[in-house]
Amino acid sequence: MKSTVLFATGAALALTTFSAQADTLRLLTWGGYAPEDVVAKFEAETGHTVEVTKSNNEEMVAKLRATNGGGFDLAQPSQDRIAGAQAEFGIYKPLDMSKIDTSQFIPSMLTATKGNTMVDGEVYGVPHVWGTSGLVVNTAMAGQVQDYMDLCDPSVAGKVSYRLKRPTLIGFAFSMGMDPFAAYADADAYQAILDKVEAQLIDCKSNVKTYWGGGDEIKNLLRSGEVTASMAWDTGGWQLNDDNADITFVAPKAGALGWIDTFAMPARGRADDAAYAWINFVMQPEIAAMITTAAGNFTASQGGDAGVADALKAKYQASFPQEAIDNIKWYPAVPAGLEALEGATLDRINAAK
Amino acid sequence: MASDKSRLGLILLMAPLAIWLMTLIVLPHVGMFLVSLQEKVGIRQYETSLANYAVFFNEPLYWNTFARTAYMSITATVLTLLIGFPVAYYIAKLTRGRTKTTLFLMCLIPFWVSELVRTFGWMILLRETGVLSSFLQYIGVLAGPVEFLYNDAAIMTGLVYTSMLFMVVPLVTTLDSLDDSLIEAGYDLGGSSFSILREIVIPHAMPGIVSGCIVVFMLSLGNYLTPILLGGKDSLWFTGLIYDQFITRFNWELGSAFGFLLLGLSSLIVFLALKLSGQSLGKTMGR
Amino acid sequence: MPDNADLECRAISKSFDDFQAVKEVSFDVPPGTFFSILGPSGCGKTTLLRMIAGFQAPSGGDLLIKGKSMLNVPPNKRPVSMVFQHLALFPMMSIGANVGFGLRQRGVNKVDIKKQVERVLERVGLGGVADRPVDSLSGGQKQRVAIARCMVLEPDVLLLDEPLGALDLKLREHMKIELKKLQSEFNTTFVYITHDQSEALVMSDQIAVMNHGVFEQVGTARELYYHPTTAFVAGFVGEANKYQAKVQVAGAGSLQLLTRDGVALQGVDAGEGLKEGDMTQVFVRPEAVRLSRRQEDIGNLGNTGNGTVESVLFNGANSQLILRDSATGSEMSVALPQTSEFRDLSKGDPIFFGWEPDQTRCYRQAAG
Repeated sequence: MKSTVLFATGAALALTTFSAQADTLRLLTWGGYAPEDVVAKFEAETGHTVEVTKSNNEEMVAKLRATNGGGFDLAQPSQDRIAGAQAEFGIYKPLDMSKIDTSQFIPSMLTATKGNTMVDGEVYGVPHVWGTSGLVVNTAMAGQVQDYMDLCDPSVAGKVSYRLKRPTLIGFAFSMGMDPFAAYADADAYQAILDKVEAQLIDCKSNVKTYWGGGDEIKNLLRSGEVTASMAWDTGGWQLNDDNADITFVAPKAGALGWIDTFAMPARGRADDAAYAWINFVMQPEIAAMITTAAGNFTASQGGDAGVADALKAKYQASFPQEAIDNIKWYPAVPAGLEALEGATLDRINAAK
Repeated sequence: MASDKSRLGLILLMAPLAIWLMTLIVLPHVGMFLVSLQEKVGIRQYETSLANYAVFFNEPLYWNTFARTAYMSITATVLTLLIGFPVAYYIAKLTRGRTKTTLFLMCLIPFWVSELVRTFGWMILLRETGVLSSFLQYIGVLAGPVEFLYNDAAIMTGLVYTSMLFMVVPLVTTLDSLDDSLIEAGYDLGGSSFSILREIVIPHAMPGIVSGCIVVFMLSLGNYLTPILLGGKDSLWFTGLIYDQFITRFNWELGSAFGFLLLGLSSLIVFLALKLSGQSLGKTMGR
Repeated sequence: MPDNADLECRAISKSFDDFQAVKEVSFDVPPGTFFSILGPSGCGKTTLLRMIAGFQAPSGGDLLIKGKSMLNVPPNKRPVSMVFQHLALFPMMSIGANVGFGLRQRGVNKVDIKKQVERVLERVGLGGVADRPVDSLSGGQKQRVAIARCMVLEPDVLLLDEPLGALDLKLREHMKIELKKLQSEFNTTFVYITHDQSEALVMSDQIAVMNHGVFEQVGTARELYYHPTTAFVAGFVGEANKYQAKVQVAGAGSLQLLTRDGVALQGVDAGEGLKEGDMTQVFVRPEAVRLSRRQEDIGNLGNTGNGTVESVLFNGANSQLILRDSATGSEMSVALPQTSEFRDLSKGDPIFFGWEPDQTRCYRQAAG
């Protein structure tokens, strides 16, 4: 049975490769997810050309909403941000799973992502790159910071930075012993959690040097020593580790927050064949390894970590012992409307003196 | 017959401008206004109401943010005027020929790089491990590193720096047109430097001052990068709120309402300032 | 030196980077005098005036007003006022505010300012316009406001920098008379600079003719016109026919000359001590030349000639005749008396002319 599927997709692939005329694939993605060498290889193999637009979760939704899902052929939002946006704005179209070579994916991730991106029984996303956010700490100066709540400790006063975004709210909620994900469906319960986190973050404000906005900003702050403990992505910590062995990513005790960036197809995308071709192409283990090297994050490609440099693997293993991996809190799909509650909370924290 | 022809010519001549105004300015605003009247009542369900505008007036946070933005912008405008006026006076009245051109160009040079790069430049200067802090430690003024970044003074520095050219250019133009003999006549009749500045130079430069102030105020009010990057933990800026509503909250309806409120309230402030200074928009912009 | 001079300059100089604009000029102006400085543009007269006003510091010499040195006194503390070339009325103020400007600077109280402004405006014939904007006035009225603005401060010396230059001809003629009238009414010392000789001649008690940074001659209008002491003054003040000639015989002030074209002339030495063989410049005023249709009418004049009418420039009482000397082929300008004798003269008519030797002033030709 499995071999028939394989054969069928292989045939479909072959068919698209040879019969479809060369298309332009307009890719809306994150920095590092479509490195130049991968694009060149893809263009040489398929004849399609790729236009890469770098973005982030919020902008992807805003861009696609502005055009009712047009202007791009393939987007890469995080898996938790698809269902809500789809229900609200209808900016994606369902994936035709028959055109995707599912054997290239790590099965557990594929299943989880399909479940999370399901709207009205249709699948809207398949996993691509995954990673976590947690703590990036200068261990020589703030080794005591082990959890989100430790950022509010007087010993690191004035040397702390985090974003004023939803991951911070979630991280602190876990660290304070609550489970925000369990409360996703219950707006009142979620609001109660937010209120507690709000009080905590306002209280913590004097500890914070600044709320960082962009990846480069937090890296600069950590590198210069102006900030010694922060909430940030794992890859940022590992990159800094290359320059300064004291700085590294620490999986918080309450659990790192796990995210998976997916492939999703904008509702009015034109080059669907090229999009499927790109998905199947980049999920090949050797291509996935190239992307991991460029982006610093591992992919959902089965065997994709085999070709990754040992140094990166070593850092990953140092930050993630087995119990830390088991403790990763994977983001469930965000129900529509939740962002409004979080936004009001964030505004109040921002305005507080 | 001839007048018909000339009217047709006029219509054809004005058509590009009219199309430009319609498609790039009027239509988007009409669209935004319609969006701002949509109240979200459920998933993909909207009702027409003024609820989004009510949010602004009922939520003190938004009010305060606007008041703060306006207050900071007015302060930045006043500071820019106070710094820009002597600069413009020096360029317009005390230099000639090549020096004048050079000084004018020097005011322009910062605008050859993007606003982002300029702002990053200030971050490098002002940060705790930055140039200013290191220099002050080096000459012994400071005992340890001091953070100059992430406060309202840093925002003010950035705003004034960004706005300087837009104040200096109209001021230089109006001061240039001030006949030197008027200043000399002032001295000749026994005027002091201060009374000549107050009674002759400033009244003459008033249109330049007003147009410079309007431009700088609007630029500061609409600035997004500078307050976000240089500002501190509680430095909310109204444009930042609008951005958040559009991009991170997906709340275009409220964002549009905020956009219109910004337009309306800032116009109101400019109108009041014009009334207070006894100037009219036609008089200042017509020059 | 008279002790009571309102304005006195002692060897005052002004040098710019590589150019000396005013060279050790000395003069004094008695109280109540209308003193003009007349010279072509670039002669240094504006620089001199600006030094008196205090806008430029002299590089040498001294400047006294009412006997006090003004060298270290800034312009706003000097007892002089200036009427600028383009008047420099403040367009942002009403007429009254313009005139009251100086009084406000002195801290005079508002009621007094209003009174004094109204009084001075009435004196210049502009009563009741104090509240109107400057732009509502005509050119001549603006002129009077500019003077009123200075006079209200009762300055020791009023400086005027070619204030009539921007006016049209008719108004200029009118303002000449009016300025003179205002000056005698206020009885203030006026120092007036101009390049227009008729302005200077009509209004002034004393005129200084300035050229290349020095005063060529100081005197009354008559002295300058009839007894110019330098060739420059002779050529600059009033009209003149010019010749270049060589002294043949010199004796007791009277000279025998031979022009370049080979015509013999008789003339007088304008105080230059000319000797035989000197090259001279000879000036003859157009009105000194007498015309006739008959040779015998002019036979008794010292210098005579004949020619043909080249053109008649009719201008009423100031009509002129351009004739061509048949001996030399050069043109000569002659004042045309409006008598019936010459009314029908036209181009090509033969004409005889002549003038007295004492109307033939000779100056040494500058070397080169």
